[in-house]
Amino acid sequence: MQVETGIVQEHFDIGSGYRRLTLSAPTVCPQVKPGQFIHLRVPGLGESLLRRPFSIYRAEAGAISVLYKQVGKGTRELAFLPVGGYADFIGPLGNGFPLPHPENCIPVLVAGGYGVAPLSLLARNMDLKGIVFVGGRTAEDLLCLEDFKEMGWALEVTTEDGSAGLKGRVTDALDAWLSKGQKAIVYACGPDGMLEAIDKRLLQHELPGWLSLDKHMGCGVGACLACVQRVHTEDGGTRWKRCCCDGPIFAAGEIDWEFGKDAS
Amino acid sequence: MNTSPDMSIEIAGIPMRNPVMVASGTFGYGVEYADMVDIGSLGAVVVKGICMEPCDGNLPPRMAEVPSGLVNAIGLQGPGVKGFVENYMPFLRQHKTPVIVNIWGRTIEEYANVAAAFDVVEGIAGLELNISCPNVKEGGVSFGTDLRMAAKVISAVRRSTKLPLIPKLSPNVAGIGAFARMAEDEGADAISLINTLPALVIDVETRRPVLRNGVGGLSGAGIHHFAVKQVWDASRVVSIPVIGMGGIYEPDDALRFLLAGASAVAVGTANFTEPRTAMRVIAGMEDYVQRHEYGSIRDVVGMLQYGQVKP
Repeated sequence: MQVETGIVQEHFDIGSGYRRLTLSAPTVCPQVKPGQFIHLRVPGLGESLLRRPFSIYRAEAGAISVLYKQVGKGTRELAFLPVGGYADFIGPLGNGFPLPHPENCIPVLVAGGYGVAPLSLLARNMDLKGIVFVGGRTAEDLLCLEDFKEMGWALEVTTEDGSAGLKGRVTDALDAWLSKGQKAIVYACGPDGMLEAIDKRLLQHELPGWLSLDKHMGCGVGACLACVQRVHTEDGGTRWKRCCCDGPIFAAGEIDWEFGKDAS
Repeated sequence: MNTSPDMSIEIAGIPMRNPVMVASGTFGYGVEYADMVDIGSLGAVVVKGICMEPCDGNLPPRMAEVPSGLVNAIGLQGPGVKGFVENYMPFLRQHKTPVIVNIWGRTIEEYANVAAAFDVVEGIAGLELNISCPNVKEGGVSFGTDLRMAAKVISAVRRSTKLPLIPKLSPNVAGIGAFARMAEDEGADAISLINTLPALVIDVETRRPVLRNGVGGLSGAGIHHFAVKQVWDASRVVSIPVIGMGGIYEPDDALRFLLAGASAVAVGTANFTEPRTAMRVIAGMEDYVQRHEYGSIRDVVGMLQYGQVKP
């Protein structure tokens, strides 16, 4: 984990309000594992704004790329960062997906929205090819499909409005595949609701898997305790884990999805 | 002038290499920031609040970002005395930087017990007393906003430990001076202020509080000049040292506290965004001492020229 100041090498629209930002990162880049993130200081927003966490989409040639959508104050301001400008970040952070992937089972990737970014990096770091399920509300939410085609992965696309691929949720397509009963490990990244639905299926099919959570973070390094997630413990109880440094990748069956849901 | 200026200071009998600490709750237990911050360069590390047993804290969301800083309701999640001593003290003892443990309790007895437990732990320089906790025995009212209850807590802790004792005062009171004087009367070796200001962040779409706890504590840039005023008020009525905190991002922010009468400062919320803020603040304060040709940083304390506004 280090603080590094990067020079913006690329920063462009990739469609539908999503953007790709590439920063030089000679120190951090070689340390990156798929599933890790950087905690980026958005320039121009004054000193009191927190950093923003972004999953790492590419880490190559001494640079790091992230994908983001303009959804709030931080990302709207970030969009103005010019090529040649500077931004500093802390990274690489988080535990990352466990690698290598075991030889004897099929890698299955499940992405919701921009959750596809770390999974694309994961696929590039795997020797095996598997299948990837990418889901979104509409065709505009589908990113990085070409990445997987180029790598020779099987691709299943779903949209909730039917504007691309199968109409429905990404878990509908996943269900059809899982029912074949093949030996697999699932890697998923997307909104909590999607991850919870996948987690239930993995339990049902007795398959191993890894879930990458997207949470609001404060410090990003485990000090502020803002991004805690309740998990099951071996003795049958539950406890907090910090999403930033104990996660953001959690094992299938580890998360206690019910904790705190009542009385809200 | 190439020699580095004299930045050393003694607070509550604790010698520090400089007057810049990191505030409780904003620096974890030190180890979280060890890759990025030279712990050995800090005046002291004040660790996150500890009570007797492990504490789960509040349900998330626990933190809300606001234009002027942060509102948090973490709920004092922590490992308890035993968990802290076993898991974090071995790391903290490796550095020559004083370790100040922030302690809290739900009852006066628990405060006293936590203090007594730390009295026998090697490597602890002092105790900061968080009195802004709900008093479970008296209807959940904060100890820190009731002069009589706050005095009872400080007095009980004073009798339970020989360690230097630093009550952290709540700003949520009518007159901070009375609380400062009371702390000195009850045997405090120093006081620190301010704790966070009570705040409510509302999501207008859902018409609910953003934080699961409802209310939280405001920290950061928005409270800085208020905190300076509180320190100025408190420092004029006590003879024990005052540690100032609230919205320090730049060296000038820290210097304001010193000019207002604080002998030392703590960097808090800024650590989350810029972990190396304290190091930058120390460097800027050194520069200030040299530029103004002070003999030491101690000579800056209380030098506010109030009432002498330049035309």
